[in-house]
Amino acid sequence: MSLRTPLGRVLGRGSAGDGVGHWWEQRVTAIALIPLSAWFAVSLVRRHAGKFEDMQAWLSQPWPALLALLLVVALAWHSKLGVQVVIEDYIHAKGAKTTLLVLSTFLHFAAAFTGIFAILRLALA
Amino acid sequence: MNQRPLSPHLGIYKFAYTMALSILHRIMGVALSVGFLVLVWWLFALAKGPAAYAEAVEVLRSGFFKLLLAGWALAFIYHFCNGIRHLLWDAGAGLERREARRSGALVVVATFVLFALFIWAVYFATPVME
Repeated sequence: MSLRTPLGRVLGRGSAGDGVGHWWEQRVTAIALIPLSAWFAVSLVRRHAGKFEDMQAWLSQPWPALLALLLVVALAWHSKLGVQVVIEDYIHAKGAKTTLLVLSTFLHFAAAFTGIFAILRLALA
Repeated sequence: MNQRPLSPHLGIYKFAYTMALSILHRIMGVALSVGFLVLVWWLFALAKGPAAYAEAVEVLRSGFFKLLLAGWALAFIYHFCNGIRHLLWDAGAGLERREARRSGALVVVATFVLFALFIWAVYFATPVME
C-alpha cells in the first residue's frame, strides 16, 4: 500500500525538503550570531555605549559598519523565527495567531530595515 | 474529540531544573526580541544626529531603563551560553541525562561569571575611545 496521495503520484516529485527550512535557518542564524553578537556586545561595553562622536566614529568605519549590518540581518531573522515559534506554540485561536504572526513579520522587517538604513547612513555619510 | 488520549505533557513529569533552563531560554529569547527593537531605535537615533542621540541616551540612562538594560544583558548572556548548548545537542552531542544536567549547570555558572564581568566593565572599567 502506498501512502502517497494520487496528486503526489501524478506530480512524481518527492518531498521538496523544505519542511526543515525553518529549523535550519534558526540554527544557521544562531551560528552566525555567536561571533557577531559577541563582537558587538564587547565593543559596546568597552565603549560604554558612549558619546555621540565616539559611536559615530566607530560605526562609520568600513569593518564595524559591515559587521553591524550582518548582525542586524542575522538578529532580525533569528528573532523573527523564534517569535514565530512562540506564537504558534501558545496562541491557539486562529484569528489571533494569524494577526500576531503578520504583525511580528511586519515589525521584524521594519526593525531590520531601520537598522540597515541607520548603519548605511552612518557609514556612507 | 475530548475523549482522545493525550501524549504526556508537563504535568506528568517530575520537575528537573533542566526544564526551567529550557523555558528560560524561550523567555529570554522573547525578551531579547524586544531588546532588538531598542537596539535599532538607538542606532536610528545615532544616524539622525547629536540631538536625537542625546535624547535617546537620556531615556536609556533613566533609572528604570538602566534596570531593563541590565536585564537584557543578563538575558543575552544566558541565551548566548544556552544557545551554544542547544547547538551542541543539535549536533548530537551531550544528550545523555547526566551530560545535559552538567552542561546546564555549566551554563548557569558561565552566565553569572560573564554577567559579573559585564557589571565590572560597565561600572568600574574605563571606556575605550577610538
